[in-house]
Amino acid sequence: MKRRIIEFLLVFVCFLLQCTFFKNISLGGIGPNLLIILTSAFGFMKGKDEGMFVGFLSGIMIDILYGNGIVGLYTLIYTYIGYTNGMFHRIFYPEDVRFPIILITISDLVYCFLSYILTFLLRNRLEVGFYMSHVIIPEVVYTVFITILFYKLLLKLEMSLER
Amino acid sequence: MARVKLKRKKFVMPSRYTLGIITVLCVAMMFLTFFTDMVNGPLSYVAAYTIVPFERGFYNIGEAFSKRMDELKNLREVLAEVESLQKRVDELTQQNSELTRDRYELGELRQLYDLSDQLSNYDTVGARVIGKDPGNWFSVFLIDKGEEDGIKVDMNVMTGSGIVGIITEVGPNWATVRSIIDDASNVSAMVLSTSDVLVVNGDLKLMNEGVIRFEHLADEEDQVIVGDQVVTSNISDKFLPGLNIGYINSIETDPNNLTRSGTLTPSVDFKHINTVLVIKELKEGKSETKNN
Repeated sequence: MKRRIIEFLLVFVCFLLQCTFFKNISLGGIGPNLLIILTSAFGFMKGKDEGMFVGFLSGIMIDILYGNGIVGLYTLIYTYIGYTNGMFHRIFYPEDVRFPIILITISDLVYCFLSYILTFLLRNRLEVGFYMSHVIIPEVVYTVFITILFYKLLLKLEMSLER
Repeated sequence: MARVKLKRKKFVMPSRYTLGIITVLCVAMMFLTFFTDMVNGPLSYVAAYTIVPFERGFYNIGEAFSKRMDELKNLREVLAEVESLQKRVDELTQQNSELTRDRYELGELRQLYDLSDQLSNYDTVGARVIGKDPGNWFSVFLIDKGEEDGIKVDMNVMTGSGIVGIITEVGPNWATVRSIIDDASNVSAMVLSTSDVLVVNGDLKLMNEGVIRFEHLADEEDQVIVGDQVVTSNISDKFLPGLNIGYINSIETDPNNLTRSGTLTPSVDFKHINTVLVIKELKEGKSETKNN
């Protein structure tokens, strides 16, 4: 229960930071995706259930305030990302840093691409190349940069929760 | 012989069932929220008393931080010249920063006040921006006024220099605004000089260049020229007529040879919006029938 509360607080704070602080220090109008880092990290560190829980929380917060009248879309995407990352729990070792970073990168790529398809491609915005180079890649790079900075911290927190 | 330990296993639901349940729930919610308003109401209340107050605080911190960063750049030059007076300079900059912040706000508020004089026939309410869309695809932001201040969906949002966007969602003490440069935004507009009607579409591709696309300009006599002012048209469903949008930046004739399209420069600086003015009047007619 304690772990759930801490996860909730973490998601909450990251959500707030993502729509306020990181938007103010965004580079070229692009901000990092902290919620993907959390969802993915808890997925492969603790398994499917935790991944889904964190993903669900992240998604529902986005949906309620910024969902533009449709609640459930981002919740669904984030939950699935948490679940999929949970599948890699079996081959996760805390000592290895490269594997988590690769996983988070792929998760963010998939997330961006899904958002592109669902919110842009379906409205006949076909220039994949442009959106790839101007939105998706910058976001992923920024997110990975933040991951490298804070991954160790997240791991330490997770270890202390374990005890 | 080893003792057999009988222990009842705690029931744990397999992850894939949980996933299934969440999937069904989300899909149901999507349909429900898309076609009805049953869920949005309660949820917006939840957000109003949990997320929004924090968001307000955090945004101020971020804003202060980015302003402080700008100031640091200036400070560096001063420091090189007067190293001995560093302490003094620090103190003064601190005070200065607070004062500058106040002055900027004062200036902005004054501008808004002037504007609300101009729009005196409309009832308006001022609001602060307290958050932005967490993703990078859309240009949606959150303001700190909501239903309790008389704000409704589809009300127009302005700054001192022109129209910013339109209210898309409302909670008790918050509302989200979709700006006109957002990729999903379409505004019916007209050229002020010739009254030719056109449609202004937001476009993510042009957002960084600071321009917006316009289409369907029916201007058969080639009268519209670069630099003409564009305002919201009087045939728009949701936008009040005559609000300033921007100035035409480039025009070209469409392949169909009938209409023209191009880009226009908005008169609002969308990168630095801190305070906005919401016009508490809905365009009459359609919006009312839609609510019923």
